[in-house]
Order: sequence, then structure tokens, then C-alpha cells
Amino acid sequence: MEAINPSSGRKDNLTMIAFTVVVLTAPLWGKLIGADYPDLLQRFAIFGLFAIGFNLLFGLTGYLSFGHAAFLGIGSYTAAWSFKLLSMNPIPAVIFALLLSGLFAAVIGYVSLKRTGIYFAILTLAFAQMSYNLAYSVLTPITNGETGLRVLRDDPRIIDTALGVEIQGPLLGSFFGIEMTGYSGFYFCAVMLIAGFYVALRVFRSPFGMKLAAIKSNQTRMEYTGYNPKPYLLAIFIISGMYAGLAGALMVIVDPLAGAERMQWTVSGEVVLMTILGGVGTLVGPLLGAAIIKYFENIFSAINESVLLATFDFLPEGLQEFMVTIVHPFVGGGWHLTLGILFMSVIIFMPGGIMEGIRHLTDWIRRRKE
Amino acid sequence: MSDDIKTYSTLSRRGFLKTSVAGAVAASAPMFFVKNAHAFTNEPKGSTVTFGFNVPQTGPYAEEGADELRAYELAVKHINGEGDGGMLNTMKPVSLKGDGVNGKKVIFVTGDTQTKSPAARASAKRMIERDGAIMITGGSSSGVAVAVQSLCHEQGVIFMAGLTHAVDTTGKDRRRYGFRHFFNTEMSGAALAPILESEFGNQRLAYHLTADYNWGWSQEGSIKKHTEALGWQTRAAVRTPLKEVDFSQYITPVLNSGADVLVLNHYGKNMVDSLTQSVQFGLRDKQVNGQDFQIVVPLFSRLMARGAGDSIKGIYGSTNWNWSLQDKGSEAFVKSFGSEYGFPPSQAAHTCYVQALLYADACQRAGTFHPCDVIAALEGHQFDGMGNGPVEYRAEDHQCFKDVLVVKGKEASSSEFDLLEVVEVTPRAKVEYPTTMQDANYVGDLGSCRRV
Repeated sequence: MEAINPSSGRKDNLTMIAFTVVVLTAPLWGKLIGADYPDLLQRFAIFGLFAIGFNLLFGLTGYLSFGHAAFLGIGSYTAAWSFKLLSMNPIPAVIFALLLSGLFAAVIGYVSLKRTGIYFAILTLAFAQMSYNLAYSVLTPITNGETGLRVLRDDPRIIDTALGVEIQGPLLGSFFGIEMTGYSGFYFCAVMLIAGFYVALRVFRSPFGMKLAAIKSNQTRMEYTGYNPKPYLLAIFIISGMYAGLAGALMVIVDPLAGAERMQWTVSGEVVLMTILGGVGTLVGPLLGAAIIKYFENIFSAINESVLLATFDFLPEGLQEFMVTIVHPFVGGGWHLTLGILFMSVIIFMPGGIMEGIRHLTDWIRRRKE
Repeated sequence: MSDDIKTYSTLSRRGFLKTSVAGAVAASAPMFFVKNAHAFTNEPKGSTVTFGFNVPQTGPYAEEGADELRAYELAVKHINGEGDGGMLNTMKPVSLKGDGVNGKKVIFVTGDTQTKSPAARASAKRMIERDGAIMITGGSSSGVAVAVQSLCHEQGVIFMAGLTHAVDTTGKDRRRYGFRHFFNTEMSGAALAPILESEFGNQRLAYHLTADYNWGWSQEGSIKKHTEALGWQTRAAVRTPLKEVDFSQYITPVLNSGADVLVLNHYGKNMVDSLTQSVQFGLRDKQVNGQDFQIVVPLFSRLMARGAGDSIKGIYGSTNWNWSLQDKGSEAFVKSFGSEYGFPPSQAAHTCYVQALLYADACQRAGTFHPCDVIAALEGHQFDGMGNGPVEYRAEDHQCFKDVLVVKGKEASSSEFDLLEVVEVTPRAKVEYPTTMQDANYVGDLGSCRRV
């Protein structure tokens, strides 16, 4: 496992600096790919965090959870309720979302981790679907069902009322007066992402991470050397769940609305795709995967016929229409198709995800230099 | 780096702090890109102005969404002076001259709401933040309309609601930046009740199946209120998930409930499925309490009627507009829509087309795109010649008040489009409600328009 290898402190410092710079300058390089608007950048950061957390469990221990959407949803609802009951400040929302998603992860993890492999995946999936259906049916007083949980003007907001904080304009998350929307919302998510990345890096390099890798390679052997794998598994499951909870809370912080579809199994599936697409068990891979999928969802899906016609405007008329006919099924509503093709080719040609591709590329360049 | 944990730990806390400082320096760079203060959001600078069309392209209301998009494209053509001009020729008063709006050509961007509030907000945000849309319009669900309307209000962009029928949109969730041309559940209830009484009597026991989100709740509440005032009783009201396609588990209890009227508070594909299955279960052939069993669909549309086939024959409901109307505005719209796409438009297409024209006209009258001035131009605006007779945009809640159509599924239809017959045109006075209604769903706060 390359990722687990102890490496020099300097190299990690460099990684951290490079990562921080890349994340914080996203609005600059986002321009190159038409992604320089806050909503998409927020999504990059939030789903990046979600995928990093998922990868801590799946990448390190090999336990494939198919129910991480449940923690995302729990984080969202907790943050929304914190907005409604306590304050529009994102700090309590983040804290409570972390606590509650951690608690749920402990319960779900305790039960699910009694099994491994496909049985574990099915158990987590079952829990997530259960949460999803509960949110739609008996829990509607808490979740507001299909309509989604919104923050309203006449909510109590105890802390805000006590401190005399009055929200004048629209009801948005407010970090000591800074509205959590647009680029300020993105920077809040970015700081969380950097912190989350740092924690993940520490886990990867720690003795704890080493034990997780041991669980992945051979659990029985680990037991023979005198370690009980269960506490480590549960601990990383909880950490991973808290990442998802944090991501869910951030969604509400930048856009105060929580809906049950965040708990649907497709969301759990999406994070699995992100991780595999980017590279399982690598630090940066899941982030890349998350960014690619969100980019496709938001940019490719928005390309309609008139945009295509404008793009192929330089061609003669017949050829222009021909190109539009060819390309049209792959963009707009057909963005899933393009993503599917990309996903299949990555899995077939680079089973290690995009990170493997990048490694091949750098190796090749190095060999050429020699 | 401390020595004792050298093998594993690499990045120390201090190192992290240093990193963060370096990061903070880097962070100050992109701050230059924070939106500089415009006079208002997305003020059009060039020779064009961008409208954002946010419609469901996937999900249970996808068919309505596709028709809405067709209508919008037609509206843009007419505003820009292409095609035959459609309702621009019949609309009164009209300031649009068929050369764009305020001298700018209209272009548009599109988004998919998926009939999910978060997805709809994400695509609206993209159109506002990236594509520079001056106005967002569309949608075929009240859940989505309410969510997108409050987003637009926060962003300072006008939202012209598409098909949304719950009272909430212009009731408790009304916003200064949001406008609705479509009618609502309160009007449906008020228009339907007298017809239901004369057709089915006042000794009825009703059973509701309701789509489980704000529109369904609103529709159920209004029908209950107006039918119970006639003397009907409500046996039960069961909520069904929006994604449901198999309603058999909900219909079987209806058979044994002793109810003699089934009210389907469903729309789009939901209604097609639930109605077809109810008919297949033989509900309409039954006799209960000595009366024929009846089905009512409070919100009817031709698209749904077509999906449900023979099941809709003789079924009562209400609708905002139907293509068979004979006034000049409707005829002009049906003609240009038909020659463009080869079939008549739905009520969803009609309301969206009208909304786009009304917005453009308001900008032209205001002489600017500044939302505060456009809002002022729309509030209390009275117009005619757009298919519904004289209409008023009530200033207090941004709801259009106009006549409502009560329709019935045609027994003998002449074509696949000729499916509904208009039973009654209920005049505006009978469906209008005061702004002072003391019901939690009808009381709201518009908020104010923000001038920077």
C-alpha cells in the first residue's frame, strides 16, 4: 500500500501547502473549465469532504458501506434544526451535526460491523433506506417530508434572540455577520475541507491507519498477532460517518433547505462511484472523483441544443447539424451516459482510478527524461 | 517534527499552522473575484438579456416540463420579433414591440428541476451565478416553486412561477420577488363545489388520496373545506408518496371504506396512474349508499387526460386554461404553438408563455430591468387578451385573479387532443378570496425589494 508508507514530514507539509493553495484558489482555476461560480465550487468542497470521509472507511479497511447517505441526511436535518432552534451561525450547526451523525454511526456501525463483505454492505444499505423511508413517512413532523425542511422567519432561534441578533435580509446562514452564500459560503466549506483533509492525512500516516490497513490485508492474521480489529473498525466507521454528517451540515449552511432525497441509496452509490473513479485508498483521488462527477452533473447537463449549435457554428451548415445530432445524446439530459462511459473506461483501463492514470503518466515522463 | 513518532507522524500541528498561514495568503488572491457591487443582480450589460427557464426534464412531471420549455422558446421568438407574434397581437395593454426588451435581444438558458427542491435550487443558482440570468421562471410543482421562489428572493432575482397550484406559493410562502399567474387550490375548490353539488348531491362521503407534499395538502384542505360546507363528509384522507406508481394498496381500502366519492389530489403521472388503476379496480361501476360511485380530479390537464385514456370520461375537475377556448388570445396562441410544434399547447405551456410575456412587458413598461421597478410594474397590473379574460395581478400577494374553468372528461372525443369539455366558466368574483383570510396557509409576508 503506497498510501500508507511513512513519508517524510517535508513531503506531507508540501502536500498540505499545495492542497491548501489549490483549494483556496479554486475560483481562479475554475475559470478555465467554466466552473468559476460559487454554487459549483461549494459542491466540489462538500462532496469532496464526503468522499474523503468515505474513503477513510472503504479505502483503508476495504469495508464497502452502501449507506453513507443516511449520515449525510442526518447532518443536514441536524444543521437545519440548529438553524431553526438555536442560531443562524454555522458553528453550532457543524458541532451538532458532527455529534449526531457520530452517534448514529456508532449505533449503525455497531450492528453492521458484525458482518463483513457483501453482508456488511447490505446491512448499511438497509439502515440507510430505513432512514430514508422514515424521513418520508412517520418522521414528517421532523423532516417535513417531500417539501423539505426549511428555515422560517418565526422560528425561535434561542441564541440569536438572547443575543439580540436580528436577521434583516434573507434567511441565510451567517458567520458572525458574514452571509454564508456565494464565495464566502465557499470559503467556509473550503476551510472545512482543508481541515478534513488534514485529519485524513493524519489518519493515513498514524499507527491507527496502519492497523486499518492490516484489517484490509488480512483480518485473521491481525487477530493472531493479538489485536482485536472491532474497536478500530468501529472508530473509523464513526469518523467516516462524521465526515458525511459534516458534508450534510455544510449543504444546509450554504443553502438552508434539507430534503429526504439526500438519504436515498443513489447518493450512497454516488459516493462509491466518486471514490472508485478517483482512486480507492488514495488521499486526493476521492476528491478528484467528486469534482468530476459534480462537474458533469452541473456543466454537461446544462448544455442544450442551442449551445451546441453555437459551438459548432464554425462548421458548414450540414456538418454542423450532423455534429449536433451526434453530440446531443451525450450532453444535457444525457450526461449520465457520458459519465457512464467515462466510468467504464476508467475501471477497465485504470482499475486504480484516475490517480493510477496520473501515476502512469508521471512514471512515463520520468522514463522519457532518462 | 518530534522524534518519537517520526516513523508515522509527519505533519505536526505547528506545521499545519504554518501551512494555514501560507494558505491564508493565497486565499486573499481570489477575493478579488467576489462579485463587485452591481446596481442589481445580473444587470444586463451587452446587447442581450438572459432569461433562465427552470423546468422538470426528468421525474413525474417531465411531460409538463417539456411542454413548458416549448412555450418558453416560442415566447422568446415572439418577444424578439420572430414568428407570427402570437399573443403579442392580442395582449392589452402591450408595450412590447417585437424588437426584444428595452432594446436588448432575449436569449435563454435552461435547467432541470428534476421535481426535487434541492436540484431545482442548484440549477437556478447555476443560471443566476454563472449564466447571468435576469429572471428565473418555470417549474411544475409547488414544492419546487416555493423553494426556488425563496432562493430568487434571496438573490434579488425575479421569479415568474410556472405551474404551481398550492395556495402556499402566494399564501404563507409569498415573496416580493415571486409572481404567479396560475390559479390555486382555493379557487379550484370554490369553482368545483357548486358543480359537484348539482351533479352528485349533498349527501356524499368522500375519500381523498393525496400526493404527500405541500400542493397535495393544500388541494386536500381546500376540497374538504368547500365540500364539507355543502354537507359532504370526509371518510378519510390518505397521503401517497410522490414517487408512487402502484396505487393498488391505496385503492383497495377505498372499496371497503363505505365512501362514495374518491377525490384524487394527484397531478401529472401520479394522477394518470392512480386514476387508471381506480377505474381498473371497478370503482366507477360500483354502487355505494344507493348512489353511483364517483371520482373527482380537482386539478385537471389535457396532458394527463391523454395519459389516462378512456378512464377520464365523465370525470370532473378544474383547469387554468384549455386550448379549445374561443377568445382571440387563446386562438392566437394555439395557432402559433400548433404551427411550430404540430399539436395544441397544454395549460402548463399557456401559463409559462404568458408569464414570460408579462415579465418582458413589465420590463418594457418600467424601461429598466431593475427588479424593484419591474415588481412595481407588475403589482396591481391589469391585462386582458391572454386567454383568461380580464386578469389582475393582486399587489398584496402577487396572485393573478381571473375566471376558472370547470371541465369534464369528454365522452366522445374527436381527436387525441380534444379530451376536455368546459362545463362552466366560474367568474372571478366567485373564486376571489380576501387578503385578510385568517388561515395560516393564506397569511404571509412579501418582504421588501432591496435597492443597493
